[in-house]
Amino acid sequence: MDQPQHDIAAKTELPKPAALQDARRQDVSAAPGELIFDVQDVSVYYGAFKAVTGVTMPIYENEITAFIGSSGSGKSTMLRSFNRMNDLVPGARVHGSMSYRGTALYGKDVSAAAVRRRIGMVFQKPNPFPKSIYDNVAYGPRINGTRKKSHLDDIVENSLRKAALWEEVKNRLGTSGLSLSGGQAQRLCIARTIAVEPDVVLMDEPASALDPIATGAVEDLMLELKEQYTIIVVTHNMQQATRVSDRTAFFYVLTDSKSDTRTGVLVEYGRTGQIFQDPQDPRTQAYVTGRMG
Amino acid sequence: MSAVTRTDQAAPGSAPAGGLVGRRGLADRSFQWLALGCGLLVLVILVLIAVTTTQKASSWFSTEGIKIFSTTWDPAANKFGALAFIYGTAVTAVIALVISVPVSIGIALLLTEVVPYRWARPIVYVVDLLAVVPSVVWGLWGILVFAPWAQHIYASIGSGVNGIPVLGSLFGPPTSGASFFTAGIILAFMITPIVTSLSREVIATVPSIDREGAYALGATRWEMIRGVVWPHSQGGVVGSVLLGLGRAMGETIAVALVIGSSATITSHLFAPGYNMPAVIANQFGEATGLFQSALMGLGVLLFAFTIIVNVIARGIVGRSARRMRGA
Amino acid sequence: MAAVAERGGADLREPAGWRRTKNRVATILMYVAFVLAIIPLGFVLYTVVAKGASIISWQFLTAEIPFNVAPASVGGMGPAVLGTLEITALATVLAVPLGVLGAIYLNEYGGNNWLAKFIGFMADVMTGVPSIIMGLFIFTIWVLHFGFSGLAGAFALGCLMLPVVIRSTDEMLKLVPDALRDGSYALGASKARVTLTVVLPAALGGIVSGVLLAVARAAGETAPLLFTILTVTAANPDVFHGPNTSLPSQIFVNASSPYTGAQARGWGAALTLIAIAFILMITARLVTARFAKYSR
Repeated sequence: MDQPQHDIAAKTELPKPAALQDARRQDVSAAPGELIFDVQDVSVYYGAFKAVTGVTMPIYENEITAFIGSSGSGKSTMLRSFNRMNDLVPGARVHGSMSYRGTALYGKDVSAAAVRRRIGMVFQKPNPFPKSIYDNVAYGPRINGTRKKSHLDDIVENSLRKAALWEEVKNRLGTSGLSLSGGQAQRLCIARTIAVEPDVVLMDEPASALDPIATGAVEDLMLELKEQYTIIVVTHNMQQATRVSDRTAFFYVLTDSKSDTRTGVLVEYGRTGQIFQDPQDPRTQAYVTGRMG
Repeated sequence: MSAVTRTDQAAPGSAPAGGLVGRRGLADRSFQWLALGCGLLVLVILVLIAVTTTQKASSWFSTEGIKIFSTTWDPAANKFGALAFIYGTAVTAVIALVISVPVSIGIALLLTEVVPYRWARPIVYVVDLLAVVPSVVWGLWGILVFAPWAQHIYASIGSGVNGIPVLGSLFGPPTSGASFFTAGIILAFMITPIVTSLSREVIATVPSIDREGAYALGATRWEMIRGVVWPHSQGGVVGSVLLGLGRAMGETIAVALVIGSSATITSHLFAPGYNMPAVIANQFGEATGLFQSALMGLGVLLFAFTIIVNVIARGIVGRSARRMRGA
Repeated sequence: MAAVAERGGADLREPAGWRRTKNRVATILMYVAFVLAIIPLGFVLYTVVAKGASIISWQFLTAEIPFNVAPASVGGMGPAVLGTLEITALATVLAVPLGVLGAIYLNEYGGNNWLAKFIGFMADVMTGVPSIIMGLFIFTIWVLHFGFSGLAGAFALGCLMLPVVIRSTDEMLKLVPDALRDGSYALGASKARVTLTVVLPAALGGIVSGVLLAVARAAGETAPLLFTILTVTAANPDVFHGPNTSLPSQIFVNASSPYTGAQARGWGAALTLIAIAFILMITARLVTARFAKYSR
């Protein structure tokens, strides 16, 4: 199984750092780790519009799961359901069952804010707060009650180290977060997200607004972070999916010609190697071969 | 790769998914109620104004009944008919609009169609400076500088047109520096910034595509303005004119100083006169009993008029803005 | 109306005489309009500066207010300056928190619901209510029970400032991009926290600028103070008890006085008032330029 993957790696434009090529994502064992998310027949509505229909999928601990598919196929909508960010859209509803470590995410007494402290999110376009780099990273811990300066200093340094940004900014923690380049700003947002010690990190096309070198840095980061966090990443870049993810879910836009409605469905979900080399569904095959060509 | 150490949190696998349960904090909900309360304050204040002032004016309303609109205003005889002041408010406002509207629209068109972008901002600053001058300073200048100077002009015009049918009754004697006309001019100066800036906003929303279409047909700038800008921005400009009207009706201090303080209904614009806010400002201090109630009643009428004008104006401006966005 | 095409080519000359003339005349009229607006402004400013500058001095700004008959060299406007500063400051302290919170409701919580739209509409309408009505209102509900005071004047000015602060703050909050709010929500912040720790700080520059402009307007208002502070000439540092005075109130009184001394002091006060409004306006523009992170 390693050989075809090596070919894939050879096709990518950027050479991977030597250290990473060895630690290249091992082939995911058939027996995955703990079940983090259990999604059963979930549909998401925005008012009357059904964005996503009938998704069933398990997400496992310490893996990177990629959501791929063309635009409008509901991948971002699905992603945002995991941390209840859809709650912010008026008229959004989630049907079906989504549970996180056994607790229903949309249960009656569940607090969305508490969910988001466990399940963090990095956005497509870096959105650092107009505060200093230090205050950006310390924001999350502060609102969770951490006040002691020494404690905050530690958290800030650790998070920036984990996000591979510490060396570049350690001497200017007081400067504005807005002064960073795109790639640095995105790593700042990642540092900010992991500063609250989440369990899961959701990433919505985290590198699509970045140049290739910054993209490479973010992908390296994802592979490192996977050791401690569970990551779900939406990406429209299939090479990226093959480079970093353990499992891949392929979403597709289903059009009902009679009623002229569209909705997103999960077509196929499995280990990344299998999805890209041996897709079972013809639509998956069409998508992955069309791009890989 | 950097060495990474995890801080004192428990490792993820072992943490149960408890702690997700809990309702929105008390602080969060109280903040929402607080914000809502402050928003409602606007409505509360408006209602309170209407209720309390009407109550204070009720003795005037009930005593005079329909005669609140009579022309006799005689505090000594306890007779308070308000027509003279309503007339004065209308006359000064009309004079102000007649002078200010062409000027304001002209400036607005100048800024949007003629002047290159770089010069637009300084010109806007300068026009906004008109708004910085407080009402009382306009009044001070008006009565001490402008009125004596205007007095001469009025006198010459007055004697010149004396006897001529229509002009004579408008501009003939008696003439006075402090008069309806002076108040109208000063009001025009004061409402120009607001009518200009609102008209400008409205005119700026006309799509460039439409302008270019007219130019592409060989139209001159004036033809383009007449054919494209005007039909599009009509509604909004009318709205801004109405807002200027509201402002002109309610402006108090400058008018109180220069209008001449004479409660008469006359067609002679150069004669001294009076209007609603001016009489309140000048006489409320010493008024008691029915007199005070009458002045309060004038305030109620003024409040009602300006609210109506503003609601209509904002409604028109809002509707034309929505139409422009294609809603 | 274009002239007949010349032999051999299209006619690229300007449109015929009278079309061009109409255009030129229109353009000239627009410039004339601008000049017509500038002339009175120039006159007023020139007069105020010319007549007021000679009387302005530190003594003028701090001395007592003499009787109207006193010549120009005597006394000053000290109590009025004090009154204006205190009463306007108090009005600001009252109106700004309430106005900012109201705008937060409109923008962050109300969104598109009918109540928020109605409140926004009525706030706009309220900016058109004549300022003397505010004075009559406060007279009725406060002065009749508690007497004249600087506080009553501050209430009246506050009523005037409230809708202006709400509207300008609302505009500034709208400009803060949603991406910032999303980033804060995603870290598990509650709505109140998102608003107070991310949205407000981001909009702060613009909000402060709007407040300064509202203060400039309030400082120059006379009508609301007429029946609430009851213009006196003695200095009254106690804003909460007893009648008070202010620069615009004194100018109003002195403008109707036949004595040249009083009139001269009136010009001095007018210059002081305009200078205050100017400084506030320029500060507002500077704040916008340097601190407003999001502007139109």
